[in-house]
Amino acid sequence: MKRALVLVSFLFVGAFLLVAAASLRPFGEPALTAMDDHFLANAQREAAANNVVTAVVFDYRGFDTLGEATVLFAAVVGVLALFRRLQEDER
Amino acid sequence: MKSGMSIIVRTVTRLVYGLALVYGFYVIMHGHLTPGGGFQGGAVVASAFALLLVAFGSAGIKGLLNAHLLQTLEELGALAFLGLGFAGIGTAFFYNLLANTGSCFGATVALGPNVGPLDTGGILPLMNWAVGLKVMTGIAAVVLAMLIGARQEEAE
Amino acid sequence: MNLGNMPFVAAALLILLGIYAVLFKRNLIKIVLGISLVETGVNLLLVTLGYRTDGIAPIFTLAPRAGPMVLPTPQALTLTSIVIGLATTALLLSFVVWIHRHYGTLDVRKIKELRG
Repeated sequence: MKRALVLVSFLFVGAFLLVAAASLRPFGEPALTAMDDHFLANAQREAAANNVVTAVVFDYRGFDTLGEATVLFAAVVGVLALFRRLQEDER
Repeated sequence: MKSGMSIIVRTVTRLVYGLALVYGFYVIMHGHLTPGGGFQGGAVVASAFALLLVAFGSAGIKGLLNAHLLQTLEELGALAFLGLGFAGIGTAFFYNLLANTGSCFGATVALGPNVGPLDTGGILPLMNWAVGLKVMTGIAAVVLAMLIGARQEEAE
Repeated sequence: MNLGNMPFVAAALLILLGIYAVLFKRNLIKIVLGISLVETGVNLLLVTLGYRTDGIAPIFTLAPRAGPMVLPTPQALTLTSIVIGLATTALLLSFVVWIHRHYGTLDVRKIKELRG
C-alpha cells in the first residue's frame, strides 16, 4: 500500500516536472535582461576586468561569494570535527 | 592505504604532480582574463593533492602536511577575503579600490575585444588568490581527514 | 508544449533520476548519489536559462566575433551552487561513515529497526 502511494506520487511529480520544463519560454530568449545588459556594458570600465563572470561574482555580487565562503568553511570545520571524534573514540 | 600503489604509479605521479600544480596556479592567477578564477583553480590544486595522497599512501606524506596546518591556512584565506572586502569601506562594502588607479593591478582596459593584459582588474586578482587558498587547503584537509578516519576504522 | 526546449527537458530528466534514486534505493551511498544528481540537474537548468541565440561567452579576451553575449549572472550563481553542493556532499558522506561505524550496516531498512 505504501509502495503504491510512493510510486503514484513519484509519477505525478515526474509528469509535472517534464510538462513544466517543456512549456517554459523558448530556448534562447531569456526573460529579464536589463541588469545583465548593464553588467555587460559597464564591466570593463568599472571593474577593469575582461571576464564579466568574475566581475559579477567578486565585484557586483560579492556578498553572495562571502556567504558561499562561509558555507564552505562551516562544512570543512564540521567534517574535521566529526573525524576527530572518530579518532578519539578509537583510543 | 598505508603503503600506496606500485612503483609505476609513484614515478608517473612524481613527474605529473608539478605540472598539475602549475596549471592550478595558472587558472587562479588569470581569473580576471580567461574562464576560471579562485574556486576552479583551487579545485584543480586540491585534486593534484588527492593524486599525491592516493599514490603514496598516508604514510608517505606524514611529515609533509597535517590537518592542523591545512586548517590554519584555510582560516587565513577566509580572513584575507573578508579583509579585502572591508578595504574599500569608505565608499561601499566590496568596493573595487584599485581599479583604474595606476598602482598595483590598476591599468585601464581598452573597451571591446582585446588581448588581455595581466595587470588589470583592481582588487579581483587578490580576491582570487584568497579564495583559491581557502578552497585548496579546505578540500585537501577534508580528503586527508577522511582518509585517516577510514584507515583507522578498517584497522579495528 | 514546445519541442525546441530539449535542454530544459534534459535537465528535468536528470532531476527526476535523482529523485528516483532517493526514493527507491536501499543503500545509503546510492541515496547520497541521488542527492548529488539532483544538484547537478539544478545547476544545468540554471546555466541553460541564460542562453541567447547565437551568443558568445561573456569574456572580452580574444573574443571570436562581436556578437550578442550570453547572460553572465546565471553562470555566477551556478558557481556558488556547485560549491554549496560540494559542502553538502562532504558532510553527508561523513555522516554515512559515522552511521556505518555505529550500526555496522548501510541498509536503510535495518537502521530503522535497530534501536540504541
